[in-house]
Amino acid sequence: MGETIVQKLFRSKLGRAVKPGEIVVADIDLAYAHDGTGPLAIDAFRELGSNIVYDPSKIRFVIDHASPSPNEGASNLQLKLRAFAKENSIRIYEVGEGICHQVIPENESLKPGMFIVGADSHTVTLGAFSLFATGVGSTDFAEVMTSGKLWFKVPEAMKVTLNGCFKPGVMSKDLILRIIGDVGADGATYMSVEFQGEGVKAMSMASRMTVCNMVVEMGAKNGVFPLDEVTVKHVDTSSLNDKSVFKPDGDAEYATSLSYRLDELEPVVAAPHNVDNVKPVKELEGLEVNQVFIGSCTNGREEDFEIAAKILSRRGVKKGVRCIAIPASRRVFLNLLRNGIIDKLVSAGCTVTHSTCGPCLGVHFGILGSGEVAVSTSNRNFKGRMGNPESSIYLASPATAAASAVEGVITDPRKLIGG
Amino acid sequence: MNLRGRVWVLGDHINTDAIIPAKYKFRTGDFKELAKHVFEDLDPTLASKISKGDIIIAGRNFGMGSSREHAPRVIKEAGISVIVACSFARIFFRNAINVGLPVIEVKGINKYFKEGDIAAVDLEKGIVKNETTGIEFKFSPYPSFIMNVMRVGGLAAYRKSLKK
Repeated sequence: MGETIVQKLFRSKLGRAVKPGEIVVADIDLAYAHDGTGPLAIDAFRELGSNIVYDPSKIRFVIDHASPSPNEGASNLQLKLRAFAKENSIRIYEVGEGICHQVIPENESLKPGMFIVGADSHTVTLGAFSLFATGVGSTDFAEVMTSGKLWFKVPEAMKVTLNGCFKPGVMSKDLILRIIGDVGADGATYMSVEFQGEGVKAMSMASRMTVCNMVVEMGAKNGVFPLDEVTVKHVDTSSLNDKSVFKPDGDAEYATSLSYRLDELEPVVAAPHNVDNVKPVKELEGLEVNQVFIGSCTNGREEDFEIAAKILSRRGVKKGVRCIAIPASRRVFLNLLRNGIIDKLVSAGCTVTHSTCGPCLGVHFGILGSGEVAVSTSNRNFKGRMGNPESSIYLASPATAAASAVEGVITDPRKLIGG
Repeated sequence: MNLRGRVWVLGDHINTDAIIPAKYKFRTGDFKELAKHVFEDLDPTLASKISKGDIIIAGRNFGMGSSREHAPRVIKEAGISVIVACSFARIFFRNAINVGLPVIEVKGINKYFKEGDIAAVDLEKGIVKNETTGIEFKFSPYPSFIMNVMRVGGLAAYRKSLKK
């Protein structure tokens, strides 16, 4: 019987074949925590009775969630993170450098087959680079800082076969929302979600990151794309002899299989208050919007702002609507400055600010008022997620978000790009 | 380990923001303070009504969302002794075990309890009983290693107990 991608990742890590359900201990190649989870991981490290970080070269901290600090409580938690990093020679990415899931792939040497854990559920984003990446809690993170290892149950896998190409105005965000809507918020619990088929080839690394980012919203343990011509431009394959090693076998056994034609997809949104409450944009067109947020680890990359700027520069943000645009990293911000996209966004009336997770989880920058409606390109629309349980959040692609900012109501972006 | 307490019934897909809104973990690391906000966006009065030893019975996918370990820690701090749900989200389940909060899966359990019932859970024997109605359910008990983690109150205490 052939192997799924995740079985191959475990085989490459352990040097032997594994079966789903097997419990194994694996060396962790890279582990990162942020200002929301790092301070508790430091407490957990001390609770475990640990004094010495096993291998600081494999640990990173990123200050991105409440960044820069909005209050003294957060400031003191960040001081704790900085002090621990200094004391233990841990590299820390500071305020403004970017969101962890963007900063790590931009700055660290990623290799296919790596095992990466992050003290954040959206660590699954990194599976786009043909590696195993999953989110852990603070005690598990403390265990990695203590021993460099963690136990895993080898997951079953879900195969998602993609064919065709996205039509104009439809993005990878629409694909992953559609999948979550189809399988439900617990439809992939504990599984490895593996994307394959002809349709994968045309997907950029940024689009793949968007897709992997949200597999946790259907309960998955990890998401992964096979290693191909797109991946190799973004990873270090110098120590990899056989580049086909992270592709599934034709006869691999999958627990579930789904199939999508990308050209048949349409713009969708996840309506309040669950990510699997997915509806075509056309069913909600005309709903008044107070705030639009374009950014986050899900959709804060160059291609996301390029399409948004294209749509927004037509007529600009509608009077009375607030449109907040936040690049996912300083590098993305600089690239957008250099290619004129920031100029277009600001000219259109967007509030463009430094990289932070802030609005996505209601920490700061854009907390909603009671009764307000937001369209957000982030990954969660739970009640109260953007800081106010009396508000409503619709998750959408950057194209749909930008079109909704232009019209002041939820709008199908295909109307504004002539697609 | 025998746990007995008053029941709170929660629905399906209780997410980590509903357990503890993200904004509070960026204000303090003090769990006594955080526990005042447990389940706030679900029901702002719930935190003040939960007493030590109470039991949560819930539907599918309890704890979906964030990896924040604050979620099981805050529930434990609030006094909840065990959560019995139809199913759990993966990261929450693992975090709960690590912090010594018993989490038990029993399919369909939420249909057989209502708020205020008295539940009794025997972790070793694998039995959940609704003492108010008399109905009983079986589950697979934890392996002995996890039972030992639960007895001492979490992975950190367990590791310390090994060093002694």
